[in-house]
Amino acid sequence: MSALIKNPFNHDLPPLEAPLVNVQLDGQWVKVPKGLNIIEVAKRFGKFIPHYCYHPKLSIAGNCRMCLFEMGMPKLDANRKPVVDAEERPVINWLPRPQIACATQATEGMAIRTNSKLVKDCQEGVMEFLLINHPLDCPICDQAGECRLQEYAYDFGKGRSRFVEEKVKKPKRVDFGPRIILDDERCILCSRCIRFAREIAKQDVIGFVNRGSYSTLTVYPGRVFDSNYSLNTVDICPVGALTSKDFRFKMRVWFLREAKSICTECATGCNIIIGSRENIVYRLTPRVNEEVNSHWMCDQGRLGFHYIHSKKRVTEPASHLNGSLFPLEWSEALRTVAQKLMEFPPSEIAFLVSARLTCEELYLVKKLMETLGKGTEIFSEIIPRKGVADGLLRSADLNPNTKGAIGIGIGKEGRRIEELKNKIRAKEINCLFAIHENPEEVGIQEDILSSLSFYVWQGLIPGPAVHKANILLAGASFAEKSGTMINIAGRLQKLHKAILCPGRAREDWRILRDLLLLVGVKERVFEKINDVFDAMSKEIDLFESLSWNTVGDLGIDLSQKLKNRSIL
Amino acid sequence: MAKAEYRLILKHADEPGYTVDIDCYLSHGGYQVLKKALAMPPDQIIQEVKISGLRGRGGAGFPTGVKWGFINHEKNTKPVYLLCNADESEPGTFKDRQIIYKDPHQLIEGMVISAYANRAHLAYIYIRGEFAKGAEILEKALAEARERNFLGKNILGSGYELEIYVFRGAGAYICGEETGLIESLEGKRAYPRIKPPYFPAVLGLYMCPTIVNNVETLCHVKHIVEMGGAEYARIGTPNNTGTRIWCVSGDVNKPGYYEYPCGAITFGELLYEVCGGIRNGNKLKAVIPGGSSAKVLRADKKYKIPKKKEDGSTEIVEMGLEDIPLDFDTVAATGSMSGSGGIIVMDHTRDMVECLRNIAEFYAHESCGQCTPCREGSLWMKKMLDRICTGGGRPEDSKLLLEVANHIAGRTICAFGEACSWPVQSFVEMFGEEFEAKQRKESSLEILEPLTNRTA
Amino acid sequence: MNATEKDLPQLEESFIEEAERIISQYPVSKRSASLPLLHLWQRHFGFVSPQGVQWIAEKLDLEPIAVEEIATFYPMIRQRPLGHYQFKVCRTLSCALAGSYEIFEYIKKSCKTVNEVGHHVYVSEDGKFSVEFVECLAACGNAPVMMLNEEEWMDVTQTKIDAILNHLIREKRKEEF
Ligand SMILES: Cc1cc2nc3c(=O)[nH]c(=O)nc-3n(C[C@H](O)[C@H](O)[C@H](O)COP(=O)(O)O)c2cc1C
Ligand code: SF4
Ligand code: SF4
Ligand code: SF4
Ligand code: FES
Ligand code: FES
Repeated sequence: MSALIKNPFNHDLPPLEAPLVNVQLDGQWVKVPKGLNIIEVAKRFGKFIPHYCYHPKLSIAGNCRMCLFEMGMPKLDANRKPVVDAEERPVINWLPRPQIACATQATEGMAIRTNSKLVKDCQEGVMEFLLINHPLDCPICDQAGECRLQEYAYDFGKGRSRFVEEKVKKPKRVDFGPRIILDDERCILCSRCIRFAREIAKQDVIGFVNRGSYSTLTVYPGRVFDSNYSLNTVDICPVGALTSKDFRFKMRVWFLREAKSICTECATGCNIIIGSRENIVYRLTPRVNEEVNSHWMCDQGRLGFHYIHSKKRVTEPASHLNGSLFPLEWSEALRTVAQKLMEFPPSEIAFLVSARLTCEELYLVKKLMETLGKGTEIFSEIIPRKGVADGLLRSADLNPNTKGAIGIGIGKEGRRIEELKNKIRAKEINCLFAIHENPEEVGIQEDILSSLSFYVWQGLIPGPAVHKANILLAGASFAEKSGTMINIAGRLQKLHKAILCPGRAREDWRILRDLLLLVGVKERVFEKINDVFDAMSKEIDLFESLSWNTVGDLGIDLSQKLKNRSIL
Repeated sequence: MAKAEYRLILKHADEPGYTVDIDCYLSHGGYQVLKKALAMPPDQIIQEVKISGLRGRGGAGFPTGVKWGFINHEKNTKPVYLLCNADESEPGTFKDRQIIYKDPHQLIEGMVISAYANRAHLAYIYIRGEFAKGAEILEKALAEARERNFLGKNILGSGYELEIYVFRGAGAYICGEETGLIESLEGKRAYPRIKPPYFPAVLGLYMCPTIVNNVETLCHVKHIVEMGGAEYARIGTPNNTGTRIWCVSGDVNKPGYYEYPCGAITFGELLYEVCGGIRNGNKLKAVIPGGSSAKVLRADKKYKIPKKKEDGSTEIVEMGLEDIPLDFDTVAATGSMSGSGGIIVMDHTRDMVECLRNIAEFYAHESCGQCTPCREGSLWMKKMLDRICTGGGRPEDSKLLLEVANHIAGRTICAFGEACSWPVQSFVEMFGEEFEAKQRKESSLEILEPLTNRTA
Repeated sequence: MNATEKDLPQLEESFIEEAERIISQYPVSKRSASLPLLHLWQRHFGFVSPQGVQWIAEKLDLEPIAVEEIATFYPMIRQRPLGHYQFKVCRTLSCALAGSYEIFEYIKKSCKTVNEVGHHVYVSEDGKFSVEFVECLAACGNAPVMMLNEEEWMDVTQTKIDAILNHLIREKRKEEF
């Protein structure tokens, strides 16, 4: 496994060469890799050992004491041979004291009890302790619904409090950083956030001050926890102590519909869950993929989705006539575009296509170009976006599907933008189809666009020169469509539609499919995105022998194929 | 006549004219044992310590030789560190103070020998912050020792090199716990480490093998090397060898520190003869035998003590508190422990609920706050006792106190969990009637002196 | 922001030398010098200000939060000034049995430490005296025990307190002349 981010710890992944050992788990002998953490051992056999401070990717703190279990070792005789019972099974010596599962590793012969009387008593004890100083303001807490304190209180607690003393008072609504609010009274001092900040985000500005029951999580005065990964602490905080300013109070989590997808803000393609309700996206949270982002995502990616609900979005097809915008029926808009595209000689047409499109969309663009070109290559280019790789997750390439565009054969990685500009100026290119890109962004300004005879713009939020477009086609955002993309490491991953397009906007593959039909490709009608993918896999050898269904939630590694083609 | 003390560690400490100067120490035979030790192979010293049966004087009574044997010097490639635990933080204990303030060179000599035996070249004395004067004395003594080449490079021409530095704590009891001490010395909050995996002998200071020993323990090492392990083992009783310094405080006429061979004196002899009896002619009510974390013992209770007979078998004999000999094992057999040797005495006028409240406040204040049961439980127990002592007791409180304590002990990162729950468990168990009376708000206890004159 | 340049008191050469000497005692990890440097700072300035935390952090190549975390953990390190004369009375069992609570109240009254600035911590109006409870000072055989600044006092009685205060007041007068 090789996530793009280097986690300092991987307690859930035993070393590859680890031999198997026999352990007795609640009476059953099972085989597990030697050295595997007991929380993970239990998990592999469908048992859950509750835990707060343990996180598979952070150092072990062992402070919450929620994961206590009963441990035994085989009884040895004088010759250090295991003593066996009548049925030839080793006799177990149970330790009188419970042990913490998070800091215990499987060894040969170890016996584990996860639900004995002692274990239950330990769990009840810890739950009661954690709740005595907890404000219990669940009705107004943002974590309600995904709070481990609330969940465990039902599952492992006694459901009553015997605490009649005054609770410890601590700061509330602390500004933890530009994107996070901290409620110290809710904090259970598990130190997950501190360990994350130190070990992964490498921004050591948070810590505990004071002592004992008065211990308080704090940001060093005058500093802010503004790491681009800060919001991961909100995810890993087992309670509602850390809340995202962006998401706080916006929506109860149990109302959220969840769709698995990927982040499209850079070429890393962090796996995410899109949380939405009634066609509004409320938040993105990372989804575990050990090949990509492990458990994390960056704040920019997480918060970068708000544009999809922008008021400036084009939500219906339209045409420009004498400077005014007229809404069109889709059929009419598409017919006009198809007709126009067919009117120009192929050498006068250019496609400015976004590397933020899915492979399926790019494939349809490619087919459209081939159909129109009738043997002549149609000019196409993508707009490259350069950022700075941060050594953690973020890639220098801010387009999520550059590898897909290259693999499918759209554009030349942006090397021909100047050429495109010159060709339009020189009226060598007279018809431009911009898909999810604004040519203004790369210096193809109004004056240059003026020399075009026909300009189609398809996308979400138009640029300042959009009035130069003859036809506007309303496309879909990443949250509104399904499809695949290839990330920087050559992994083919899926997006899943989470919400419907606003207004009359349409998924881009449907727009492109209809154009294809109109320019005369009739042999195949794509009903579903699967059909597009499967057709693509037959025609483009990069996708050979893949089908939509074989690309699972965690994607498929195409790096070897890409390397063979010098794309990686 | 009270039994005479046998002063081994405190031999010179209170002699008139005996000072902390190195010359004074030298004129009393100081650093001679070091010379002898440096001529011995290190493993032989470890062997002598094993033979001596020496048990740690810091609280747990762990055999020192066994502890030293945990480091495999054949395989180990990392540096080894020796840490002297001079935190002396267990309430009721004030023995290490006597050594540091009155005979610092004895400690240094013991440390150099111990460091040599354990192949350590860097050692620290972790001294509690309040011993500001003690730290000064040690700094000066170390400088003197360095000057005379008992420390530093090529000590006494042996080729052995050692540096010892003093590190001052700053008022945190938990720094007495050895892994808390290590974290503190590393410049962090004194959060005790989880064991496994962080056993000091494996992953101690700077993640290297580390030996942590109490001040008194390290001094004993000097005497073991001097007289030989077997000879030393003759002092005291089997498995309870050597002398111990018993620190007596509370309601006796002559509180103080008294050194005796293990098992040579009983509680009765110590309190009535050596310490001149209970103050004001009062009656003995309770004794905390090994620092405030030890379970309290009730004076009028009989304890079942296993005794080895001539033929090797053991029998259980009933003993009153006063007849129990002071050592490790017999005191442990009462269900309590001799711990750090801090004996706190309470007479019949004392309100045991108040006493427990005082102890509980200590532990609530000193919990490092790292792990849930201790952090939350210690303050909860303190708050309950505050309430009970200020008239808000409820009949169910005794049971609740016990249950809270039971939910702490054995479930925490470090033994502080036991340290804070044992007093609660034992006070409530031993003196249940006082708790109940208070919770019923009965006035029959008014003869008891309030411990605290809390006017506010 | 670089605190050392902006709001730091002028540090004497000898202070810096002492800091360097302390750091040299921790050849394996400078971080170990954090608590010793906090002690040093407090001895010089009476308490550890945010500037002190910053300075120590920079000196030891640490993040300031690392120093802040320990400065707030150890009760002897204080974040604000206390009295010029600081009484620290042992509160723990043996001393309490010997009357330390009464001693505490007596000092409070005698020194007019009327302002409660923390749990069990009181300061006089003029800031000359402070009195606080501390936990066992490891001299329980001589209970009640207290410290006056860094000096230990055993078997404390009200008479002893009176004598100490008289002495302090005389000293003070001397200073004023
Ligand atoms: C809460 C707690 C406090 C302790 N305080 C001290 C102490 O002040 N001094 C000490 O020597 N040992 C103390 N110990 C024991 C140490 O952890 C350790 O066992 C001891 O220093 C080992 O030395 P020894 O083997 O020579 O006794 C304490 C232990 C615990 C759990
Ligand atoms: S804020 Fe959350 S993650 Fe951080 S220590 Fe508190 S409970 Fe743990
Ligand atoms: S690293 Fe890239 S893919 Fe991952 S969350 Fe950030 S922007 Fe999105
Ligand atoms: S038991 Fe108490 S002192 Fe020990 S680690 Fe846990 S909280 Fe800290
Ligand atoms: S998960 Fe917190 S102690 Fe194991
Ligand atoms: S109890 Fe006061 S010095 Fe120990």
